[in-house]
Amino acid sequence: MKDFIIPTKDMDMGTPARQGAPVTLKVDGFDVTVPEGTSVMRAAAELGMQIPKLCASDNLEAFGSCRLCVVEIEGRRGTPASCTTPVADGMVVHTQSEKVKRIRKGVMELYISDHPLDCLTCSANGDCELQDMAGAVGLRDQRYEAGRNHYDTSGAGMLAAGDIRARAPQGDMGNPDYIPVDDSNPYFTYDPAKCIVCNRCVRACEEVQGTFALTIEGRGFDSRVSAGAAGDDFMASDCVSCGACVQACPTATLQEKSVIEMGTPERSVITTCAYCGVGCSFKAELNGDQLVRMVPYKHGKANRGHSCVKGRFAYGYANHKDRILSPMIRERIDAPWQEVSWDEALSFAAQRMRGLQETYGRKSIGVITSSRCTNEETYLVQKLARNVFGNNNTDTCARVCHSPTGYGLGQTFGTSAGTQDFDSVEETDVIILIGANPTDAHPVFASRMKKRLRAGAKMIVVDPRRIDLVRSAHVEASHHLPLRPGTNVAVVTALAHVIVTEGLMDQDFIRERCDWDEFQHYAEFVSEARHSPEATAMLTGVDPAELRAAARLFATGGNGAIYYGLGVTEHSQGSTTVMGIANLAMLTGNIGRRGVGVNPLRGQNNVQGSCDMGSFPHELPGYRHVKGEATREVFEKIWGTRIDPEPGLRIPNMLDAAVDGTFKGLYCQGEDILQSDPDTKHVAAGLAAMECVIVHDLFLNETANYAHVFLPGSTFLEKDGTFTNAERRINRVRRVMAPLNGYADWEVTQLLANAMGGDWHYTHPAQIMDEIASTTPSFAGVDYALLEEKGSVQWPCNEEHPGGTPLMHVDGFVRGKGRFIVTEYVATDEKTGPRFPLLLTTGRILSQYNVGAQTRRTENSVWHDQDMLEIHPHDAEVRGVNDGDWVKLASRAGETTLRARITDRVSTGVVYTTFHHPDTQANVITTDFSDWATNCPEYKVTAVQISPSNGPTEWQEDYAEQAAQARRILPAAE
Amino acid sequence: MSPDKMVYMANQIATFFKSQKEADRVQNVAAHISDFWEPRMRAQLKAYIAGGGAGLDPLVLAAAEQVPEAHLEENVS
Repeated sequence: MKDFIIPTKDMDMGTPARQGAPVTLKVDGFDVTVPEGTSVMRAAAELGMQIPKLCASDNLEAFGSCRLCVVEIEGRRGTPASCTTPVADGMVVHTQSEKVKRIRKGVMELYISDHPLDCLTCSANGDCELQDMAGAVGLRDQRYEAGRNHYDTSGAGMLAAGDIRARAPQGDMGNPDYIPVDDSNPYFTYDPAKCIVCNRCVRACEEVQGTFALTIEGRGFDSRVSAGAAGDDFMASDCVSCGACVQACPTATLQEKSVIEMGTPERSVITTCAYCGVGCSFKAELNGDQLVRMVPYKHGKANRGHSCVKGRFAYGYANHKDRILSPMIRERIDAPWQEVSWDEALSFAAQRMRGLQETYGRKSIGVITSSRCTNEETYLVQKLARNVFGNNNTDTCARVCHSPTGYGLGQTFGTSAGTQDFDSVEETDVIILIGANPTDAHPVFASRMKKRLRAGAKMIVVDPRRIDLVRSAHVEASHHLPLRPGTNVAVVTALAHVIVTEGLMDQDFIRERCDWDEFQHYAEFVSEARHSPEATAMLTGVDPAELRAAARLFATGGNGAIYYGLGVTEHSQGSTTVMGIANLAMLTGNIGRRGVGVNPLRGQNNVQGSCDMGSFPHELPGYRHVKGEATREVFEKIWGTRIDPEPGLRIPNMLDAAVDGTFKGLYCQGEDILQSDPDTKHVAAGLAAMECVIVHDLFLNETANYAHVFLPGSTFLEKDGTFTNAERRINRVRRVMAPLNGYADWEVTQLLANAMGGDWHYTHPAQIMDEIASTTPSFAGVDYALLEEKGSVQWPCNEEHPGGTPLMHVDGFVRGKGRFIVTEYVATDEKTGPRFPLLLTTGRILSQYNVGAQTRRTENSVWHDQDMLEIHPHDAEVRGVNDGDWVKLASRAGETTLRARITDRVSTGVVYTTFHHPDTQANVITTDFSDWATNCPEYKVTAVQISPSNGPTEWQEDYAEQAAQARRILPAAE
Repeated sequence: MSPDKMVYMANQIATFFKSQKEADRVQNVAAHISDFWEPRMRAQLKAYIAGGGAGLDPLVLAAAEQVPEAHLEENVS
C-alpha cells in the first residue's frame, strides 16, 4: 500500500497477520517472536525493518513475483523470497547481506529498463513504491540500451515522455507494444505504460473485492493487466469501481483522477463514510481544505481497509453547484424562495412554529430526525420536540426501513440491534441471507461475505430475485429460494417446521437459554402440517425439496448466521418475519458466540444510531418507553421541562393528521420523505396541508417543494460527531473542512431551538455525547476520549462492558430468557388480480444511494442514470415489451413510466425497480399498506400492470412542472 | 386518518395477537394500541366505537375498553 504520509502504525507489514503458536527467530541480529505461519517479511516488519518489496502488501496473500524481497537464511540454500517463506523456530535471517543487496539492485535495474523516467511530472511522484524501492536498494545507474518497451509511443527508447515527443524520429511508425491510457472510468485511469506487472491489482480484485474483473493477459514481455475480455475497457468490464486495485497499485498505473488533477495530498483525517450502514472508516486526504481523495482506513474495524464506489469516490456532491448555502424562506409554497440571513430565517421559522402551537395546540408540530446525520444531531432533533415543542412528535426514516427490527428483536431477545460484529462472518459456516442484496447495498460487507464463501462457507439465499450472491464469480449459493413477494413468514415458518419436525433443533440451548413454555407452544404451532414446505409451496412458489434441504443445512451445517435487509421488514408482516428469524436462530442455538447471530443490515449510515438516540415517538434514547416515569425523570432533571408521557405521531400518522388538519408544522432534517416514503400522492397531500415545513438539507430536495423554510445543511466532511453502524459500532466523524453553509447541522438545530426559547449552550458535539452518556445506560461509558483511544466502540459500553460489546446475548438474553413467538402467515391485502396481475418489488443498485440526492450529483450516474424496470422475458413478450422500451407501470395508487430491462433475474409474475431518481418516482406506485406493529410501509409488494408507453405520464409532467416552479429562487435583497 | 384506514390498522394488530396464546390476547392488543397510538388516534378509535365500530374485529372492540382515555391537550398559553 502507498505510504507517503502514513504514520508508523499504518506501515505496510508485507503479508497478512496469522494466528498460531509463537515462533522465535533472529532477523539481522534481533530476536522476534511471531505466530506460526507468519512470513519472514512480516517478522522483520514487526521489528520495524522494511524489506524492499513491490508485489507484497499486507492485505493480500504473498505472491513472490517481484524477487526484490529476497533474503539469506543460515543453513538454507539460495536466496528465498521473504514474503513466501514462513518463519521457523531458531531461524537466522539476514536481510541486508552483500549478496541480496546485489540481487535487489539487479532486479530494480531490470524493472527500470522498461519504465519511463519522467518521475517529476508523474502523478504518483512522492507516492510511488517503485521510486521508493529504487532509492531503497541504491540504484544509481541503468545500463541497458534502448529496446522494446511498453511506455514510449515512438519506440525511441529509454527517455522521459517530453524527450520522446521532442526527439521522435521522422515518419515514426509508433510502438506496437505501447497501449494508451484507459480513462473510461470516471474516477481513475489505467496507464499500461507504467505497469510493472506486480499483480497486486489483480489479486486485490480477487481477494479483497471478490469481483475477479482483472487478469494478466499475455505471457512474458507481453504480460499486461486487462479488465474484462479482450476489447473491454474498465467501464465495459465487470469492474465495480471499488478502488481496491487503485489502492493496491504501487505506481501511477492505476491512479485517482483527482490526484492527477490536484497533486498528492499533504494531510489526512480519519473519518467515517456517510453512505450505507456498514460504516467504513476512511482517511480523508487533503491539501488545505481541498479534499483530494478518500482512502479506506486499514485499521477501520468495520471495513478492514476496503471500500466501495460510493464511499471511495462519490463525494463530489459536497461541492456540487446545486448545494444551497444560504437560508431561504417564503410565505407560500407557490412563491419563489427568498434568500435571507440566518437570523431572519430562524425567527421566521420560530414564530410560525410557535404560532401554530398557539392556534392548533402543542401537538400540532413535530420533527423528523435523519439517519444520515450524526448521533449528536439526531439526539438534538428529538430533544427539540420533547424539550422545546413539548411533545413526542419525533420520528425517523427508520420508520420506513428497520422499525420492525426494533419491535421484533425487542420482543424476542429484549433489545433492538444486530447481535454480532462484522468480523464474526469469518467464522460462519452457513449463511442465510433474506431480503438483502449486500453486493449492491452493503458492498464492503458483501466482499467479506464472499471471501468467507470462497473459503468454503455455504449460502442460502431467500429472495424473489436472483441477486449476485446466488451466483457470481467463484460464489454459488447452495440453495436459492425464490419466494413470491409477501410470503416471507410462510417460508421462515416452513424452515422452522422442517427443523422441529425432523428433530434438528438444539434442545440444550433452548432448555438453558429460552422460555421453555413458549417454546413448546411454538413447536406445536410450527409442527402443524399446514406449515410444511409442501403445504406452503402453492403460496410461496418455493420448491419444497430445496426448502427442506436448506433447513437441514442451516440446522446441521455448523455455525449458522442470518443476515437480512429491507426485504424482510418492508411488509405488512415485517415484524412477524423478524420474530420468525429470531425463532430460527434460537431454535438452532445460533446466538451468543462468534460466527452466528441475527444481523439486520442497516440501510443508511446512522439508522442504528438514530434509533438508539430516541428518534421514535414512543421511546426516549436507549429504547425506553416514554410512559416510564423514571426514564422521563432522568431527562426532565437535565432539561428542566416536563416530558409528555403519551407516544407521539409516527411519520405516516403525521401525514394522516396533516390531511385531517391537526398537524401543521414539521422540521425535517436530512430526509426526503416525498421521494422516499410510499404513496407519493398521499405524502404530497400531507405536506401541502401543513402551514410550516422546515427543510434542513444540502439540496432543494423533493420535500422542499412543499417547504416554507430552507435551512442549508453541512456534509459529513464539515462537522464533528459519531455514526453508529449496523454492528452497533460508534465511529467518529471528524470535521475536515469548514461548513460551506456556515454552521454544522447540530448548530443549526441549536439555533432553531434557541429561537424558540430553548436556552441550549452546546459548544461542541462532545458535550452532546456526554449528555447522552449521562442519561442512557447503554452509552454510559462512551465519550470522545474513549473513541479517540479505541478508534471505535460497540454499545453497550458502560461499567459492565467498559470496552464495548462485540457480541450480544453471550451468557443470556438481554430480556432474560429468549422468547419464541408464534408466527402465523397472513397474506397481504395487496393482491394481484386481472387489473394488476404482476407483483412489483423495489431495491437498490450499487452506484446509487437511496433517493440519490448525493450520488446523482456525482459521476456515479454513468453506471445508472435512470431507474429501469426488470421484467421476465415471458411477461414482456405477452405485453409486447422489448428491452429498452418505455413502459407504463400502474398500481392502485398511481402510475409512472420508465424503461424496461428484460431479464430472467426476476421470476415470471414479478417485476423489480430501483427508487433512485425523482423523475421516475417509484413511490407513486407503492401503496400505503404497512407493517401491523410499526407502520413500516409495505414497499416490497405492490400489485401492478405493465403496458407499452410513449413517454412520461401526465402525473410525471405535472410533478416536474410543480417542482420547477417550487425551486425558483429570488436573489437576496441588496 | 380515514376511518377505513384506522379500522384496517386496528384489525391488523388484532390479527397478529389472535395467533398468540388466548389468555393474553385482549390485554396485548390494548397494550399495543396504548404504547404506539398517539392520543388523537386513540380518541378517534374510541369515538368510532361509540358510533357503532363497524368493521372492527371483536378483539379490537374488547381491547379498546382497556385502552386508557386519551387526554387531548389544551393549547399552550
